[in-house]
Amino acid sequence: MKILVCISHVPDTTSKINFTENDTKFDTNGVQFVINPNDEFGLTRAMWFKEKQGASVDVVNVGGPETEPTLRKALAIGADTAIRVNTPATDGFAVAKQLAEVVKNGGYDLVIAGRESIDYNGGMVPGMLAAMIDANFVTNCIGLEIDGNSANAVREIDGGKETVSTSLPLVIGGQKGLVEESDLRIPNMRGIMMARKKPLSVVEPAAASDETSVQSFEKPAPKGAVKLVDAENIDELINLLHNEAKVI
Amino acid sequence: MSILVYTETEKGKFKKAAYEAVSYAKAIADKMGSTVTAVAVNSENPEELGTYGASKVLNVVNDSLNTFNAKPYASVVSSAAQNENAQVVVISSSADSRYLAPLLAVSLEAGYVSNVVEVPSSTSPFVVKRTAFTNKAFANTEITTATKLIGLSSNAFGLVESSTSCEVVEFNPEVPSSGITVESVDKATDKVTIADADIVVSGGRGLKGPENWGLVEDLAEVLGAATACSKPVSDLGWRSHSEHVGQTGKPVASNLYIAIGISGAIQHLAGINSSKVKVVINTDPEAPFFKAADYGIVGDAFEVVPVLTEKLKAFKAQNA
Ligand SMILES: Cc1cc2nc3c(=O)[nH]c(=O)nc-3n(C[C@H](O)[C@H](O)[C@H](O)COP(=O)(O)OP(=O)(O)OC[C@H]3O[C@@H](n4cnc5c(N)ncnc54)[C@H](O)[C@@H]3O)c2cc1C
Repeated sequence: MKILVCISHVPDTTSKINFTENDTKFDTNGVQFVINPNDEFGLTRAMWFKEKQGASVDVVNVGGPETEPTLRKALAIGADTAIRVNTPATDGFAVAKQLAEVVKNGGYDLVIAGRESIDYNGGMVPGMLAAMIDANFVTNCIGLEIDGNSANAVREIDGGKETVSTSLPLVIGGQKGLVEESDLRIPNMRGIMMARKKPLSVVEPAAASDETSVQSFEKPAPKGAVKLVDAENIDELINLLHNEAKVI
Repeated sequence: MSILVYTETEKGKFKKAAYEAVSYAKAIADKMGSTVTAVAVNSENPEELGTYGASKVLNVVNDSLNTFNAKPYASVVSSAAQNENAQVVVISSSADSRYLAPLLAVSLEAGYVSNVVEVPSSTSPFVVKRTAFTNKAFANTEITTATKLIGLSSNAFGLVESSTSCEVVEFNPEVPSSGITVESVDKATDKVTIADADIVVSGGRGLKGPENWGLVEDLAEVLGAATACSKPVSDLGWRSHSEHVGQTGKPVASNLYIAIGISGAIQHLAGINSSKVKVVINTDPEAPFFKAADYGIVGDAFEVVPVLTEKLKAFKAQNA
């Protein structure tokens, strides 16, 4: 089984979000980038398929050279090879188009992406990719088993979960639950040394045009100060929630 | 040419998010001098959408669509959009709508923007405001394709009544088979979900252990609220993963979010920040949650919450 894991290069969850160039560009100054958490759960599940079922695992990112350390980290966690499609990721549709080319050229059976990236939160790349390559698709995936050509997956739904059966080729939008937090791997020294020697190929992008474009960013209006209510005066809280906030 | 909206049902009844999506579509239609057509699958009361401004409902009745399945559902909405020559298609942010949206976008060659929080600021060029960086910012985004697909963020627009005479038309497009078979659905039917709830009561590590969750559940019950928890609480197995909210869990966009024994780490706040009113109960006045909350009580949850629950019971009885 050939697995491709899509790796989005995103600001660490604790990052302060600022913008430059008249609020049109994300300010990467002082920002630490990491593997998108949803993708890391998927990568870890892929490592399990590699170790237990002999799968091969490649990772891919659509982005500029600055994303390579993130791909190297995925190699250090255990992926076999990495591919970087050399074009900035500016639109979900265009990214999905680039990934579709990589999947077609590489003949992958299973693609594991994250249900969404934590920077643009579009939640669209895996589904668009599945539609473009005519593969089956399960998102919000919290459980995945593969047996030959068949797959069983669990999808988180509003208020519960559903179990589905399907077959390869398959695209997954993964999240926590695909593996547990405690299963995540911190690359060790040996992994990091080996990752330096693993192939990271840079491919030029296919023709694809964006369907959306960000005109400007803004930050939420600053919040007023919290109103503190004395622990002995709970009636006051109920009064505020009823008469002022009007939420009860 | 009209604005098409997909209106989701649960056991034949429209979800609140469906009414919100219609209200929002009506606001766009007014702006563009157009009308709203809804597409509904196996709905018991399609004409109800007129209340929120739909002038036509494409009513799909088909037993093969009793269980949600993304590919056939996306195909139904796509056929409806083509049938109506829709310029703009609106969906809600439920798990199912988000699942079908990218498939729909590809089939309609529509530029798709999710997590949209306002009516387009301009329709030519077509620019919408959406959240980005998990609620830490907004991005004003232009959609450049002829057909536009908008995913409306939950609770961002609200329900707006706009009584319209509504024609219900039977619609029976061809439905493709899906490569996905739903084997079983495991869903608590007696509980309001985090996605649908107006009020969410959430507990953190400050509650010390799963045996103390009666506090959260009792308060939630009085308020008709959904229950949620911080990430460590689900990692420790005190509560199910499905209750984990935050940047790596479920997003919350309720009217009221009550955080009990939650410190307010940046990853937690990112996921719940879209909630309109936030209340924090925490022993530590330095807890970061107090900077994000609207109302706060510095106090011990084990003392404060039972009193709050009792008093709310009395309040509800009085205001019933
Ligand atoms: C990549 C990444 C992603 C993450 N994603 C998420 C996410 O999606 N969601 C999330 O929640 N977290 C997330 N986290 C974890 C986050 O950083 C915090 O560790 C977590 O939110 C803390 O949970 P907590 O507030 O329940 O616990 P703590 O931080 O331990 O806080 C417990 C609070 O309870 C208070 N307390 C103690 N006793 C009482 C009492 N008797 N009465 C009242 N208050 C009391 C304490 O003062 C304290 O403020 C993520 C972390 C990382 C690194």
